[in-house]
This record gives sequence, C-alpha cells and structure tokens, in this order.
Amino acid sequence: MIPRIYIPGDSGALALGAEKVAKAIASELAERGIEAKIVRNGSRGAYFLEPMVEVATAKGRVAYGPVKPSDVKSLFDSGFLTGGHHKRWLGAPDKIPFLAKQTRLTFARCGINDPLSLDAYKSLGGLKGLQNAVAMAPADIVKQVTESGLRGRGGAGFPTGIKWKTVLDTTSDRKYIVCNADEGDSATFADRMIMEGDPFVLIEGMAIAGVATGATKGFVYIRSEYPHAVAMMNKAIEVARKAGVLGVNVLGSPNAFDMEIRVGAGAYVCGEETSLLNSLEGKRGVVRAKPPLPAIQGLFGKPTVINNVISLASVPIIMDKGAAFYKDFGMGRSRGTIPIQIAGNVKFGGLFEAAFGMTLGEIVDDIGGGTATGRPVKAVQVGGPLGAYFPRSLFSTPFDYEAFAAKDGLIGHAGITVFDDTADMLKQARFAMEFCAIESCGKCTPCRIGSTRGVETIDRIAGGIEPEKNIALVTDLCNTMKFGSLCALGGFTPYPVMSALNHFRDDFKPAPVAEAAE
Amino acid sequence: MTMQPASTEIASRTAAIIRELKGLEGPLLPILHEIQVEFGHVPQASLPAIAEALNISNAEVHGVVTFYHDYRSHPAGKHVLKVCQAEACQSMGSDAVAAKLKQLLGIGFHETTRDGLVTLEPVYCLGLCACAPSAMLDGEVIGRLDDEKIEEIVAEARS
Repeated sequence: MIPRIYIPGDSGALALGAEKVAKAIASELAERGIEAKIVRNGSRGAYFLEPMVEVATAKGRVAYGPVKPSDVKSLFDSGFLTGGHHKRWLGAPDKIPFLAKQTRLTFARCGINDPLSLDAYKSLGGLKGLQNAVAMAPADIVKQVTESGLRGRGGAGFPTGIKWKTVLDTTSDRKYIVCNADEGDSATFADRMIMEGDPFVLIEGMAIAGVATGATKGFVYIRSEYPHAVAMMNKAIEVARKAGVLGVNVLGSPNAFDMEIRVGAGAYVCGEETSLLNSLEGKRGVVRAKPPLPAIQGLFGKPTVINNVISLASVPIIMDKGAAFYKDFGMGRSRGTIPIQIAGNVKFGGLFEAAFGMTLGEIVDDIGGGTATGRPVKAVQVGGPLGAYFPRSLFSTPFDYEAFAAKDGLIGHAGITVFDDTADMLKQARFAMEFCAIESCGKCTPCRIGSTRGVETIDRIAGGIEPEKNIALVTDLCNTMKFGSLCALGGFTPYPVMSALNHFRDDFKPAPVAEAAE
Repeated sequence: MTMQPASTEIASRTAAIIRELKGLEGPLLPILHEIQVEFGHVPQASLPAIAEALNISNAEVHGVVTFYHDYRSHPAGKHVLKVCQAEACQSMGSDAVAAKLKQLLGIGFHETTRDGLVTLEPVYCLGLCACAPSAMLDGEVIGRLDDEKIEEIVAEARS
C-alpha cells in the first residue's frame, strides 16, 4: 500500500502556508524516491493547528500540525509516513481535544477526504438522505424537516420546514431553490468550510429541497471574496451531474434537479435574502419589502426556497437519521447542532460544531482558550457585524436563539469574535455605524441616513462634545433604525452600538484632556 | 502602461461575451463579471450594448454597475491587494496592518501606486477569521499577517 498524505486545500489552511508545505512534501518525496499519494482534503476546522498534515497508517490517521515547510525534512526523518513521533505530532485527529469534544453532524465529513471524491462521500454516509427523500412523498420530506426543529442557520432562525411547506403548497410552473452563500459576516467561515471541504453535502441538501418542494433549479450565490469556494462548488456540481445526483433523473428517480453557481460582486447587503434575489435577477442588490414572501414570489417572481448553506447542508443527515435523531440535540426551541466559529483574538480559533446550549464562557474560555495575545478577554461580538458585544458578565448565557435575544443579542450565523482588553468599544460602535453606511443598499432612510449620522454623533462623543446629550441622541437614533429599517442591516446595526454603549460605558467617556500647552 | 482598447474593439469583445452568457437566467452580473475579467474594468463603452441585448435601459445597467463594490470604472494596478478590515481582523490589529501597508506602498485605500503595480483596497471579511489579520493578493490568501509577512507581500506585489 502506498502511503497517503493529506494536506488541506482549504483557504484557511492555504492562508497559513499549506501550499508551501505541499510543495515541500512533494519535493522531499521525489528526493527520497518515496512513492506516496498526496490528497488535498478540506479543513477539519482547528485553524490553530493548520496546516495540519495527516498520514494514513495501518493504525489509522495520524496528524501533525501546525506544519511549516521547514519541518518537512525532519518529519520524514522521524518516519511520519508511519506515524513516527515528532514535535508536531498530534496523534489521531479525532482524538485532538478541540475536535473530540465536538458533535459533528453537519460537518461530519468536512476535512476528512478529497472534497471532490463522490466515492469517499458515499463511504461516510453521503447520499443516504437523498436516497431516502426520492422514495418519499414531498409532504413527508417537508414534515421530517419541520419535525427536526431545524431553523435557518443564516441568522434569522426561521423554521426551515415552514419555508419549505409554503413553497410546496404554492402552485407554479417553476420553483427555485436558492442557497445563500453570501457569508459576509466577520467571524463566520462555516459556509466557506463546507463548500471547500464537503461540497456534496450542500448539493445533496439542495437536491432534497428540490424534491421536497417541486423545484427543479437551484442557485448557489457565493460571495466574490471566496474564489476557492466558487471553484470547488463548480467542480463538485460537474461531478454530481456526471454521477446522476443532479440532472433530469436525480438518483434515477423521476425528479429533475440541476443547479448553478453565481458569484456576488462585493455587496454585503446581498446576504439579505430579498436583496440576494434581486442580485441574482441582475438588478441592484436592493432590499424588497415583505410581503410577498420569497416562498410565494421569490426569484423571478416564482416560489423560492432561500436557505443558508448550513441549513441546507444539515438536511441530508436529518433525512438519513430521521427528525428525532437531530431534534434530540440542543435545548429549548434551538434543536440540533450549530457550527460555532471562534475567531479573532483567540488562542484556539476554529469551527466548533456542538449541540445548542453551551454557555458563551465555555466556548470562549474553555474551548477557545482565551485570547491569542494572552491578555484578558474584554468583549466578544456574537453574530457578526450586526451582533451585540457581550462582556464577561454575560458569559453564562447559553448558546440558544431565545437566550441570546433575551440579553439583547443574537447568535446570527454563530460567529464569535474575541477582543482583548486593548479594544476600544467606542471605536467598535463607530465602526458598526460606518460599516452600515458603506454597505447600506440605500432603500430605506433609517439605514441610509441614520448610519452616517450615527458615525458623526459618535465622533462628537469621542471629541467630548456634549457627551450625555449625544449618547441620548445615538440611543434614540438606534431605536429608529431598529424599528424603522426594512431589513437586518439597518435594523440590527443598533445591536453592536447599543451593547457597546450599555456594557462598556467607560469607553464613551471623554478622553482625559492632556495638559494645555502654553 | 497598457493601451486602452479602442471603442470598436470594446464593442466587439463585449458582443462576444453577451452572446455567450445571454441565455442564462439573470445574465447581467455574469456578463459584467466577464467583462471585468476581459478588460480589467467595466468600460463605459460596453454598457449600451448590454442594455440593448438585455432590453433594459442604459440607466439600469449603470445603476447595477455602480451599486456593486467589485466593478471598477478604471483598470486596477497589475496586482490587487485586499486587506481585511472587519471585526475579527480588527481584534488582531488590522488597523496597524493597513497603516503599515499604506506606508510601505505610499498610497491609501482605493489608490494605485504610481508605477501601476499595486492597488490597495479594504475588504470586509475573507472568511479567514480564525487566522486574522488576513489579506488577499490577487487570488492568493494570506493569514496571521505580521511585519515580516507584510514586507514579503509588498515585495511580491512590487515584482
């Protein structure tokens, strides 16, 4: 058996030098005259260990990381092809504590094999969900997804099954499945990881959605900042078409379903579903008023399921193992698992899939290991640029849609950015307004004008100009934006601003004036 | 300096792109992407042909082109360096990274070095948030930027 070496091709790993490591390993193999197969897998998501190289040995996989090109020679000298000991030795990858503590349902396969090998996908349970689905009545598929308790993982948390039922129940000559892969929120990379590491699970999920609702065409709208994900999804669709997973007879059934990748053009607001639909139609990415719901009049005016990548990628396991299996994980009305993305100034950053219910403190301190800089954690922003900043005093909040809402926050797409005590929360609040101003689609006034006035008012607070009066003004402005905006961009920008104001008021006090120069 | 293609040439190359992509559902963004790949920007001269082919007004095409951050009205430098300025990178000092890049290149955001080699742009998230601060040079992603890596990037971009 020739040795197999796994070197991630995931962009996170590439950003940390995986390509140089791959080249060094290939040239070392050539130099030593060793025959081995290099597989470019996705990432398992432990980015603090990337580039993490694995070798398949008689006793199973052995991981090494983080590997630098300069480590390669000594890895060979240590006999890493048979799992030999080395300072980068990590042992069996699934025993690495960060990975062993997870409950991987949606990400069960991500990062293990070549993302484009359909055989590898099937060997780890892939396509079973779709096989079950094509043998079922559409209403039964929708019922199973509804009963699983799956809620939209893009951030809104709307029950996926209900969306699907509306589309199923709406008669039309044409229906669409649209996957929202416009993952623009800072601290989030779950969609990217799935598309780069296990693209077939998304394709399978979309095909199930098509079979369930009678839609025959799917679009994945991927942001242009993700060129690797775009390339991987395009290749995976080709493979799926050739294998009959997509096409006029999905897995040999009478159901037709095909899909296409579309690339965004750098507009954050297109992550909002109606704006995304406009963008797909070739229009300005301006938000639409609801109703009509996209499920009734969506893409090109036709009934459309629009779901986030992770929502769709969670469907195959629900259709494979059943609604009860999935629903069994989680707490309250938040069922199943959620891929938490631990990012920013954190020691052990990466993707951590777990059942709902862990506390924020467990995630940040125990799993994340505190800050990368070693300084105390000052704040964590949960849910991307539109999410609230949480102080340590709220670390007992369990990761659950309702629990976060009760603390004036949101879990959003489950990204967490950790900040150490050097963070200036006034600056963060100002940035939230500035970002909203840059990215506003311009349709509604609270967002378009409010964000710019917000920046100006916060600047006045920073300058010590009538701080109390201006804080009251920002508060009032946030209230207007929250209740008067058409979509979550203007409507949720108040979350980071108000949480910074409420929890870190000291940062909004005028800076001590330096002694006046003569 | 590269020569700007003549408007007749723009028209014929635009027409070929339109012919290829017109059959897609919602073809405007794919056409504009392809035009930008072809010319390095979206030339004004190509807009009327698109409007005509898709049966929409010039104003609508203009509206779409100007809505999206990605579409350029002028060609960028030979290399485009995008440096992430979103929250996860902020928490790891992306302000200082941007300041250092600006100083080394002698330009600000949305500007191109005088030799036409590097355009510097902010980007709001590359999905490399657990490897912050990050950047993208042309299509290549770079994480955990430090002074050494920043200098390497600048040297590479200038070559």
